[in-house]
Amino acid sequence: MKRRVLLAALMAASLIGPMAQAQTPKQGGSIVVTYKDDIVTLDPAIGYDWVNWSMIKSLFSRLMEYKPGTAELVPGLAESYDISKDGLTYTFKLRKGAKFHNGREVVAQDVKYSLERTINPKTESPGAGFFDSISGTDAFKKGKAKEIKGITVVDPGTVKFTLTRPDATFLHAIAINFASVVPKEAVDAAGKDFGKKPVGSGAFMLAEWKLGQQLVFKRNPDYYVPGVPRLDQITFQVGLEPMTAILKIEKGEADFAGDGIPPAKFLQIRNDPKYKDSIIEGGQLQTGYVTMNVQMKPFDKVEVRQAVNMAIDKQRIVKIINNRAVPANQPLPPSMPGYDKNYQGYAYDPAKAKELLKQAGLEKGFKTTLYVYNVDPNPRIAQAIQEDLKKVGIDAQIKALAQANVIAAGGKAKTAPMIWSGGMAWIADFPDPSNFYGPILGCAGATPGGWNWSWYCNKELDARAAKADALSDPSKAAEREEMWRGIFTDIMKDAPWVPIFNEQRFIMHSKRLGGNDAYYVDPVRIPINYDYIHLSGN
Amino acid sequence: MIRYLLGRLGQAALLLVGVSFITFVLLYILPADPARQLAGRSATPETVEAIRVQLGLDRPFHEQYTRYLGNLVQGDLGRSYAQKTEVTEVVAARLPPTLLLMAGAIVVELAIGLTIGVLAALRPGSRFDHGAMILSFVGVSTPQFVAGILMLYVFSVQLDWFPVGGYGTWRHLVLPALTLGLLGAGWYSRMMRSAMLDVMARDFVRTARAKGVSEWRVVLVHAFRNAVLPIVAMIGIDIGLFMSGAVIVESVFGWPGIGQLAWQAIQQVDIPIIMGVTLVAAVAIVLGNLLADLVAPFMDPRVRLRTPTNR
Repeated sequence: MKRRVLLAALMAASLIGPMAQAQTPKQGGSIVVTYKDDIVTLDPAIGYDWVNWSMIKSLFSRLMEYKPGTAELVPGLAESYDISKDGLTYTFKLRKGAKFHNGREVVAQDVKYSLERTINPKTESPGAGFFDSISGTDAFKKGKAKEIKGITVVDPGTVKFTLTRPDATFLHAIAINFASVVPKEAVDAAGKDFGKKPVGSGAFMLAEWKLGQQLVFKRNPDYYVPGVPRLDQITFQVGLEPMTAILKIEKGEADFAGDGIPPAKFLQIRNDPKYKDSIIEGGQLQTGYVTMNVQMKPFDKVEVRQAVNMAIDKQRIVKIINNRAVPANQPLPPSMPGYDKNYQGYAYDPAKAKELLKQAGLEKGFKTTLYVYNVDPNPRIAQAIQEDLKKVGIDAQIKALAQANVIAAGGKAKTAPMIWSGGMAWIADFPDPSNFYGPILGCAGATPGGWNWSWYCNKELDARAAKADALSDPSKAAEREEMWRGIFTDIMKDAPWVPIFNEQRFIMHSKRLGGNDAYYVDPVRIPINYDYIHLSGN
Repeated sequence: MIRYLLGRLGQAALLLVGVSFITFVLLYILPADPARQLAGRSATPETVEAIRVQLGLDRPFHEQYTRYLGNLVQGDLGRSYAQKTEVTEVVAARLPPTLLLMAGAIVVELAIGLTIGVLAALRPGSRFDHGAMILSFVGVSTPQFVAGILMLYVFSVQLDWFPVGGYGTWRHLVLPALTLGLLGAGWYSRMMRSAMLDVMARDFVRTARAKGVSEWRVVLVHAFRNAVLPIVAMIGIDIGLFMSGAVIVESVFGWPGIGQLAWQAIQQVDIPIIMGVTLVAAVAIVLGNLLADLVAPFMDPRVRLRTPTNR
């Protein structure tokens, strides 16, 4: 099994070699992919769940993309780009001949239009906030300007972005789904229904959509990357429970279960030699953690937070979920740049935890409440945490609620003393450490309705984070990564979180599918990279 | 008859307004905030506020409700928050599969329930009777989720008679209809058995037998017709049960009906869709009950319709 364990970090470093010498992948054929939920929308400005995320990536193109199967940025619709010395101007030269599904060539004006559409509050895009560093977004959002002056069309083949501050994450922002390029005429024609009638310039195009039943993606013969996609057609059947989906794969009626292997069947399937070659394990940019509200007593004391860190047996929790994760000791997941391999974190040590509580004047322990999302396995994990805390004298009452209610409680000041993040945990929007700081650990997220459920706000760290993100010169990437490493280990000194584990992904596909494992656990295209997977054989 | 119908329809309209009001209140006091759900994780408080204003969620409750009601009267159920499409369009696409599934389930529960009930009543206390009643008990108490998965495993995976979930042909319909109808079949077999036992002991059956009418004619024509009456009236009421069962059965079998739609909308706090599905379900239940009441006098002349005001 070990040999199939792929981590994105390793992939990024080692894939270029093996991929170049890989045999030519099989072209053509069609597959069936299943999902439980119907696709909400395929509008790239709106779609923000992990079912439509990778589908949108395949229907649309962006200026920047990621090398397939890795987290490495490469030009996409852009042929090349240039960053000014001060890091404030990005100029992109567009690839010639890239076409929308309606046959029209993609031009610079489309890039400007698409971003303005996403940022326009009327669009109600959940991704508008990713582009705040572009100059003029503020005035545009407030309706004081008709266009974003920081996005200029130099000529049909060139688009220029002016930023208000150097932003090392800008290329990631421009590679995110919300920056997908859409043709204005198609958006105007479809109106609010663009999400059901998407027109992009991606590897696949939408051929059919029967609401609640199925969607059919057909190969885009004009896609700008030759030989891609490998498959001619993907049929997405929706409304199928994961359990039903696995039965369908066993019977040969489906090829890939988008929702993964259901927990109840996990051990059986994983231990069955029949499926040895059908299961692929990969890391993901996710951390499951317990937040402690630093504005609420007694979590305002750092000793208490450290004590909780030492009181929880993470190895046992990982066992509870059938080893579908690895224990964590810091906020960043191992495959994220900036992860500190040498950092030891707080080892499991109930005796030391008790001592720290004594130092905080709480030798008799205290009562608190642990909020948790009420869907399995989260209540079971919360119970394990409760038992561990009991051993050091902390009496935590579990409050299991619907997901939206836990999120609402976390975003309300002085409401939830502790939250187990499972089922709502932070999964990175793009593979950069800054995405794991601002919204969930920085001062910006510690506002009503925010995602910083610890309400931890360290001005000094905020300043260091801003400094790191200003290092946009690609040659200083290593220096920047080092700065981020320091920020995250310093956060752990204040211990606003107990990092519990990093979930591993296990995906199952039919025997018909083959190709490089990395495409099935693509760190950016979750769950799989539809453009590059192919049928087995040559 | 027409007066009765108008009265009942008036009642139904009032009932629907009541349902819409209660659902609206429940969704209004929900701690989850749809604007935040829509705005996503990266949104600033200003963005969330802007979305709230656009959706009209910043308005006072009575204003929001009267506006909803005003649109409703014009047949406008609003736009889905998450999908941005018209609720009527989404619901209309999902309604036919649910109706088809219900029709299938009604056939299943009548065919299985009535047959077992009649056969059991013919020989009360026999082995068949005991077996049938145990079976009906199992049918009534098996969770639909378990029954569905079991049927899939046995009839689709092992025996390969039916496809594993999905929608399209009659073969897709068999297993979900069986699962949904099983519960009703259990109930009906028990009800039919006791109704038949009751009727078979009546004087007119004895008279029929005394006249020398053949036994199968006694059972099927004289007894059955009388025993089946209260059961037909139940079918309309069943629609409510089916609506809740559909949520589970549709998700197990990947049946693209409104049960599945409701379940997804609840998770996404998509209030317009939740409201829409609730109203459609309420309409179905009201119509089902009305239909049952209208059909009853044709089946049994002793039942008379009365206008609500005469009561």
